Amino acid sequence: MRWGEIIRRLVLIPPTLFGVCVIVFVLLRVVPGDPIAMMIPPGASPADIDRLRAFYGLDQSILQQFITWLGQALTGNFGRSISLHQNVFELVLARLPATLELSLLATLIATALGVMVALTGVYVRGRRLEWAIDGGIGVFLAIPDFLWALILLLLFGVLIPLLPISGRIDPQLDVAFRTNFYLVESLLTGRLDVALALLQHMILPAVALALPFAALVARLLKASLAEAEDQDYAQIARARGFSRPAILWREVFPNALIPTVALGGVQVTLLLGGTVLVERIFSYEGIGNMAIDAVINRDFPLIQGLILTFAVLFIALNLAVDLLVRLLDPRLRHG
Amino acid sequence: MTAVLAVHDLHVAIGERGRAANVLRGASLEVGAGEVRGLVGESGAGKSMLGRAVLGLLPANAVIGGGTILFEGRDLLAMPEPERRGLLGRRIALIPQDPITSLNPVKRVGAQIAVTLRHHLALSKRAALERATELLAEVAIREPRRVLELYPHEISGGMRQRVLIAMAFACDPGLVIADEPTTALDVTVQRQVLQLVERLRQRHGAAVLFITHDLGVVAKICRTMTVLHAGRVLEEGETADVLARPRHPYTRALLAATPRADRPAEALRPVPPALIESLWSEAHRLDRLDVAGRA
Amino acid sequence: MADLTLSGPIERPSRWLASVARGGTRLWCGGTLVGILFLIALLAPLLAPHDPIEQDLLAAQLPPAWIQGGEWTYPLGTDSLGRCVLSRLMYAARTAVAVALIAASLAAAIGIAFGLIAGMFGGWIDQGVSRLIDVWMAFPPVLLSIVLAAVIGAGLTSVIAAIVVVDWTRFARVVRAETMVQLQRDYAAAARVLGLSRGQILRLEILPNLVPLIVTLLAVEMGIAILVEVILSFVGISVAGDVPTWGGMIVEGRQIVYQSPWIMALPIVSVILSVIGFNLLGDGLRAALDPVQRR
Ligand SMILES: Nc1ncnc2c1ncn2[C@@H]1O[C@H](COP(=O)(O)OP(=O)(O)O)[C@@H](O)[C@H]1O
Ligand SMILES: [Mg+2]
Repeated sequence: MRWGEIIRRLVLIPPTLFGVCVIVFVLLRVVPGDPIAMMIPPGASPADIDRLRAFYGLDQSILQQFITWLGQALTGNFGRSISLHQNVFELVLARLPATLELSLLATLIATALGVMVALTGVYVRGRRLEWAIDGGIGVFLAIPDFLWALILLLLFGVLIPLLPISGRIDPQLDVAFRTNFYLVESLLTGRLDVALALLQHMILPAVALALPFAALVARLLKASLAEAEDQDYAQIARARGFSRPAILWREVFPNALIPTVALGGVQVTLLLGGTVLVERIFSYEGIGNMAIDAVINRDFPLIQGLILTFAVLFIALNLAVDLLVRLLDPRLRHG
Repeated sequence: MTAVLAVHDLHVAIGERGRAANVLRGASLEVGAGEVRGLVGESGAGKSMLGRAVLGLLPANAVIGGGTILFEGRDLLAMPEPERRGLLGRRIALIPQDPITSLNPVKRVGAQIAVTLRHHLALSKRAALERATELLAEVAIREPRRVLELYPHEISGGMRQRVLIAMAFACDPGLVIADEPTTALDVTVQRQVLQLVERLRQRHGAAVLFITHDLGVVAKICRTMTVLHAGRVLEEGETADVLARPRHPYTRALLAATPRADRPAEALRPVPPALIESLWSEAHRLDRLDVAGRA
Repeated sequence: MADLTLSGPIERPSRWLASVARGGTRLWCGGTLVGILFLIALLAPLLAPHDPIEQDLLAAQLPPAWIQGGEWTYPLGTDSLGRCVLSRLMYAARTAVAVALIAASLAAAIGIAFGLIAGMFGGWIDQGVSRLIDVWMAFPPVLLSIVLAAVIGAGLTSVIAAIVVVDWTRFARVVRAETMVQLQRDYAAAARVLGLSRGQILRLEILPNLVPLIVTLLAVEMGIAILVEVILSFVGISVAGDVPTWGGMIVEGRQIVYQSPWIMALPIVSVILSVIGFNLLGDGLRAALDPVQRR
């Protein structure tokens, strides 16, 4: 991935986002359910309904609506939510930090777990334990995040009620935050008790999101580790008197990391996409949960705004992965 | 004077039990202190396997069937693992064959040299880098300080091989095993590398086991030599003697197949297939006797 | 020499048996799980002890028979309306299998068509398809299926459409890449030299090589289809009201999870076993059908 490749990617972003907008727009206009019908109080006159319709621009043709929407979107105005009666941009911005914190925590957990499993797996290469580890990875990979969410909810919320299973923070806990990054803020300001309360709420959804991704990391990394360990430089390190764990960690791991990040980094989008259901299951107030509400309420502007947010996140993530790979691989750094 | 390295009656087979293939069939060889011994033989003779056995680098499916490998009088095969690791890289070092794949692509040259120094000599990071600079200067690398900061892909193949040579001599080893260190390089670089090995060997007082299939190289730098075929030693002695009066027909055939300045190219004769055939059938006969003897 | 014996598939008399052996445990376990699922789906009306929508409000929320308070007339207990959980699970398997078969085949058909066209023709056609895939990859898949299902409205068609529209890219991407790889292989080039038409090359050289890949993807996709049904149930836009589905049962169970956790747990277990079955089958098939493991 040379600079040229990254520039090519950058150039492709606007058309991709445009495509996303078009598809969402067209898709939503075919919705049979009428959002206005859900909003009107009983006994409203047809004139009232028409006024509401005009207010949300729903009386215009799809093309006109799209042009209006796009024009406004380019200036940062994504319209008003029909169900929540607020500016979409502000709504999304207020909820986004919750999802970002959750995804970040999940990614950290997944990476730590995946790296540990991969290193163990490659260390016991050729033994029976490797079989068991491979099998375990396969199972964890096959069961998606939202099923893990349900299983964890059942286990640690219901059968052995250790942890809260709903919300982002205890409603009783009366603390003020300046930003919406509750966890980061409480950690930075040293309010550890608050951070702990937040983590208690986040841990189950984060682990649910993390488990399949950890399995993915483990599978990719283990294969890369095995391949790198067979390379000459790793073999020769043995002839220099280094122990196998030291070689795996210091010589093999930095090399194996590169293909793993390149292939697995992109898959963080899966984890992000998984927040939609996992947040729903744990009633966590992020944009994923909000998206399902928006779909149920047929809140067009909000759905558009949210899908676009996810699309931007996905694309940004892809670029970040490219940059990270360049950073890890000296052969690409001076391209 | 005791030998630095004494391999005695080494048997190695590769493969699952039951259908393992023998690669070393009772090979023996000695390298005295400060001696340079050539280990020659055609490709597949088991030269690398012998070197790898000394370095503890045999493939995972290799089985050592018997024999001893004494280094400075102590048996490497019987020694506990940590003790052997203490010798490897410090007292016994390797110059590998392929300079392209033998350096870690994601670590700087300096860090790769320093890590061995720190591991075996307990040097500080600064001291290790300082010593690495000296070593690079010793292998005739100009601007060693700059090269320390570079990644392997940023230097040439010849330069990488010199870095590997510097790494081999880093801890003043008693024995260096060089496994075809010049095969992957072009001819002009080959000469420089040979000279370097010779110079560093003298300065650091190391013995060298020089593995090659090139009798010309052996004639140039090895005082003694061993001829290996099918995992067996066919002939050994002072290089001058062996080359002047080869006793084994295989050595004679090898010599006849080696290009020399004082001989026209037309005079080259390949090793006769019939000879190789008979050597292999002899090896397999020994294998069968071995199996019968054990049963 | 060693290389020769490794390269290229070796024709053996019992190729089929050899394939099954290569597939190993995964193929067996996966095949068994999926086989059981298909059997239950097929025979649900014969196997189920009750009508899945028959309510018995006097026997609501009974635990499974072996737990205190359970009754053997309802082996796995009853739900909040007193319907037999075992019967509902069995009938839900029917829905799951139907959705999986139809949705996966349709997604495969569309994806393979796009992938082949892009891979075979290249140029602007490939560019177009690739951009389309880019746009698709920029959507969160879960959200896209939810929006889609919302657009089309609840029902079996909606679930299937949501899966097909979201997942055709899985097939398209893999088939496109593999077609390009195959076209660059020697035998495809040779076929061109022989003057075969594009259609012939496609039929004779490319499709046969794609089969293992497609079969694997198809198995995995069936597992995914079952999951998407569960996802849509969560949002309340799955199959209509009184048709039992695993997703619907999980959502109902969620509401009374504190009183009767098994009502949610049992369909989760069914989903997990099916999904693992399909994945194992996919893995096993890939190993079985692909003699030279490529990824
Ligand atoms: N990893 C391996 N697995 C099986 N056989 C091997 C392996 N490496 C080498 N061999 C076999 O061992 C024998 C000796 O190989 P080697 O010592 O590398 O020969 P050379 O004298 O060319 O260095 C050869 O016959 C070779 O085929
Ligand atoms: Mg060799």
